[in-house]
Amino acid sequence: METLYKELKQYFDVDEFSVQKASLAFLRVPKSQLVSLLTHMKDIRGYTHLVMVTCVDYLEQDSFLLTYLLHNYSTHCDLGIQVSISRQNPVMDGIHHLWEQGRVYQRELFEMFGIDFPGSPDVHEPMILEGWQGPPPMRRDFDTKAYSEATYSHRPRDHKEPEEYMKQQLYPED
Amino acid sequence: MQSLYPPIVNGKAVYDLDSQKYIRVWQGPQHPGVTGNMSLELDICGDQVIKCNTHVGYLHRGFEKLMERRRYINCFPIVCRICVPEPDTNEYLFAAGMEELMGVQIPEKAMWLRALNLELSRLASFLMHLGGQSGAFGMGTVAQWTIAYRDYVLDLFEELTGARIYHMYMTPGGVRGDIPEGWIAHTHKVLDGASKLLDEIKHVMLNNAIFKQRAIGLGVITPEMVDHYGIVGPNARCAGLKRDVRKDNPYLIYDQLDFEVETETAGDAYSRTCIRWRETHQSIDLCRQILAKMPPSGAVHITLPNVLHLKIPAGQTYVRAESTRGEYGYFMVSDGSEFPRKVTVRGPSYSHAMALLEDLLVGVNIADVAGLMVSLHTYPPEIER
Repeated sequence: METLYKELKQYFDVDEFSVQKASLAFLRVPKSQLVSLLTHMKDIRGYTHLVMVTCVDYLEQDSFLLTYLLHNYSTHCDLGIQVSISRQNPVMDGIHHLWEQGRVYQRELFEMFGIDFPGSPDVHEPMILEGWQGPPPMRRDFDTKAYSEATYSHRPRDHKEPEEYMKQQLYPED
Repeated sequence: MQSLYPPIVNGKAVYDLDSQKYIRVWQGPQHPGVTGNMSLELDICGDQVIKCNTHVGYLHRGFEKLMERRRYINCFPIVCRICVPEPDTNEYLFAAGMEELMGVQIPEKAMWLRALNLELSRLASFLMHLGGQSGAFGMGTVAQWTIAYRDYVLDLFEELTGARIYHMYMTPGGVRGDIPEGWIAHTHKVLDGASKLLDEIKHVMLNNAIFKQRAIGLGVITPEMVDHYGIVGPNARCAGLKRDVRKDNPYLIYDQLDFEVETETAGDAYSRTCIRWRETHQSIDLCRQILAKMPPSGAVHITLPNVLHLKIPAGQTYVRAESTRGEYGYFMVSDGSEFPRKVTVRGPSYSHAMALLEDLLVGVNIADVAGLMVSLHTYPPEIER
């Protein structure tokens, strides 16, 4: 993996390389070079399988960290390519032209984190949260309690003690 | 003859639903031919599907969001609910991710017990799938046999772990307990019975003329599609690709077991059923191998500090295992606190049920929609986790 990193370093501004285990490493790339790096990995380096795309919300640093995990079926190695984007203007280039399931991940990221992918098919269509009115729910500043209190009304419950209640139902004369 | 398909303008098919040539029907969310709580919005012309939209979100419980607010040990009752028929893969991966970030090793006996549990859950899930597959083509008998037989496997789980569906048997640092007395004899009996049942299924289902007629040539996956759509597991193996996480990236003790990766070349629904039938046999064989090779005694878990106050060192990792549907993975990020920063579940159904199913369904007869959908073996909670 170190050799791969050294070779990639000649073409791309990759940094923060870290090896988690023998078959898994992570590296950071600037936002503008992500799609060209992914294309390079897919077409030349044999990292043909897009395992997943995910996002971690770093509220304290005011950024989203996107992770694109790629797998190479000939060396059985994984490479997590990470890109940090601003929380204020969460726009990212799409990868739906490289992998067909990329559009599904992008739809989910728009819905859950509010990250826009201009040009991605159906990216603004609701996927999981149909009819959702609030802010993107997977962001860390989303207050679940405040949202549910504002959205749903309290339903008063008619609470009965089971023992007493069953006694009254079964043996009313006692 | 007039073309069945509507004209395509700017990359989108243009048609008038009021013209009475095209109808929009919904398959699901309450439909016996749909796997789990999802629905398909089908636009049909005559009896052929011309467009499909998958709709999920009927059982969204926000698993990943819930996990961000809970301590690591409190996440175990949540992760097993991400996949109902096969919860053990989730438990194993969550525990394995924790152990990797903490840098601890589990005892050898615990590894064998985990592998045994994973194989038994694969067996139960495959049985459920074979029943669903034959039921989707209108042959409910096999479904009744397999669902009934799955209950015997669940009995084994109950005896071993105390629970039938959600076992929570694998905990960080090992497993909860050793094998009870007499359990191995019960297991051999159930495995022998399952093996016999599979032979009957072969006669009734795989050699059935109607089943063959409907399943052969349905929903063909070509080798070129596999990487493009992110297809894994039996769905990729039916296209002739030898890919199995247990062989490629061996975890637990799978490198000490003797098995071959099953492949087919046709890539259609029938070959997927054949692969799953053979993999059920493989699971039974692996269970027997594990029982024979397992060390008879030894520690089953290590002692951890108080798990309610467990702080995991900052880091990130991805762990994967082979479930019945293919590669299952957990991406875990820890920031050094008592709560996980982020846990992402990579379910194999994510790519199978959304992008792949929408494209495979085009041109399929509406009667075969259920059969095709079941043959991809998808579970919606993995999509809306």
